[in-house]
Amino acid sequence: MELKIAVCIKSVPDPDYYDKITIDPKTKTLTRKGIPAIISPGDKHALEAALQFKTINGGIVTVISMAPPDAKKESYEALAMGADKAVLLSDRAFAGADTLATSYTLAQGLKRSGDFDLVLTGTESADGATSQVPPQLAESLGMAHLCNVQEFSLQTDGDIMATVKMDSAIGKYKIKLPALLAISRTANKPRYKTAMSIIKAKKKPLNIMGNETLQADTERIGQNGSPTWPGDITIPSLARHGQILGGSVEEIVEQLITKLRLAGASSVRKKEKSV
Amino acid sequence: MMKIADRDEYRGIWVIAEVNGDQISSASFELLSKARELKEQGQIKEKVTALLLGENLADFPEKLAQAGAETVVLVDNPALRYFQNETYALVLQEIVTARKPAILLMGATAVGSDLAPMLGAKLCTGVAAHCVDMRLNDTGNLVAVVPAFGGKVLGDILCPELRPQMATAKPGILGKAVCFLAKDYFVENYDASEILKKDRGRVKALSVTYKSINGVPLEMADVVVAGGFGISNKETWVLVEKLADCLGGAVACTRPPLDEGFAKEYQMIGTSGKSVRPKIYIGAGISGATHHICGMKDAGLVIAINNDAKAPIFKVADVGVVGDAAQILIGLIEALQSGKWDEICVPN
Repeated sequence: MELKIAVCIKSVPDPDYYDKITIDPKTKTLTRKGIPAIISPGDKHALEAALQFKTINGGIVTVISMAPPDAKKESYEALAMGADKAVLLSDRAFAGADTLATSYTLAQGLKRSGDFDLVLTGTESADGATSQVPPQLAESLGMAHLCNVQEFSLQTDGDIMATVKMDSAIGKYKIKLPALLAISRTANKPRYKTAMSIIKAKKKPLNIMGNETLQADTERIGQNGSPTWPGDITIPSLARHGQILGGSVEEIVEQLITKLRLAGASSVRKKEKSV
Repeated sequence: MMKIADRDEYRGIWVIAEVNGDQISSASFELLSKARELKEQGQIKEKVTALLLGENLADFPEKLAQAGAETVVLVDNPALRYFQNETYALVLQEIVTARKPAILLMGATAVGSDLAPMLGAKLCTGVAAHCVDMRLNDTGNLVAVVPAFGGKVLGDILCPELRPQMATAKPGILGKAVCFLAKDYFVENYDASEILKKDRGRVKALSVTYKSINGVPLEMADVVVAGGFGISNKETWVLVEKLADCLGGAVACTRPPLDEGFAKEYQMIGTSGKSVRPKIYIGAGISGATHHICGMKDAGLVIAINNDAKAPIFKVADVGVVGDAAQILIGLIEALQSGKWDEICVPN
């Protein structure tokens, strides 16, 4: 039996252009005009993990994304990196989804696209960075899952053995397939596409599905299906006074010490001596 | 959609606390103090409740009470020794469904960031991820302030129609925990043995090994000394570490020192690392790319040292030094070590 592997990718505004994000004073929504979209960098690690897993265990890798039709570009990029097929869920009805509605929609897309043994995601997207879609997608699919996976391998008993990064710990876990794994950004180095792989990608299947095909419950997609509501948005000003200190190194150090002491810093060495 | 009458059955604020090895996560304490603040703001009658899952938990209720818990619910069971998302979520779902808190808060830690969305999906309610602040609006609904685009944008997130209203917050972000006189708190032991029989056992923890961190944890430090691309060799990096040490602070970095192998991953500040709010931040050889600034913009005093006068870090700094970081670091370390530090007259 050939293993069926899915990788979820998200199209996000390129983080290098975050300076250009503004709020439209009339609609009070964010303007991302002129900001190019890319595959959320963390998701490329999930794709790389899938491709490496396929090399060892065989299988077929499908990338799936929920995005406007323009995101075909990111789908083709994933195909050029080595994915075998791509699915793009694209419909106005999907817009305005929070993580729960997004997870439900992706789950419907995955269920329609195959009986997946393994679903891989990044740990968090570059834009919202909530890290909530992997656990919620697993719930929607009825699969077990692990977050922050550093390494994983298929065991002879058919389970996956995984190393998981936690805040101040490393966990070793065993998980039954089918399963979803959110892959850590430190797990691997994503491969580059080549001129040849870009040409090949154009011949690979890309299936674009709207809700007419997907038949997802309209009460559970887009804004309708989102328990959270967005309220006010602001772009806080980060500017500070920026007083530049002048003088010799010694004079600068003296001024810095004054500033530091005024802000409450103290010398640890001195304190220990006085005890 | 939930009916308003059903919504009204959900009351009070609960914090799902977290133990890492033998310590309670600082995020749990900070959330409990925040919960007390919200309780006061909303004149909520119900007691602020901490819920803690794990094994051998007897020492923890007092600590949770000192941070603001008025009731502590313990689920002490050998099956909860290691974190297993499926097992923990099973127990949490049962308790939350039965006890119906209006607001449910968790740390945006590895464990909390896994459990909160899972539980949100199981309970079919909304979760605001890693919020930087929270308050109640005039209808008593929770407003969670959540950063997006690497902190460039802040947005309010509400969950007005469903319950519980869930939110997570990273350690060190909501401000330090307040110390309460813990005398009248109530401890309840919850027996989860029945529900644990339903564990499907699809996720099994074989081991969880805790790593020791040198010095003060970055999120807890009052002083952070960070080094960046401008710290190009190991000798200068040692100066960054030494200055942090002399000030009782923590060392932080941007991506380049991490790639060079000078710094560790847990020391990285930025959108792909940690967000910190120390009283003092010193950036040495850091140019100030947006993704780093997002992680340190809430610091008290920001001092930037960089040899490029045009570096964007100076725009977000209170004090700037255009010059060689190594020389300034050496000067500060010598002053701290020689006692010159204390001789400098500081106006009151």
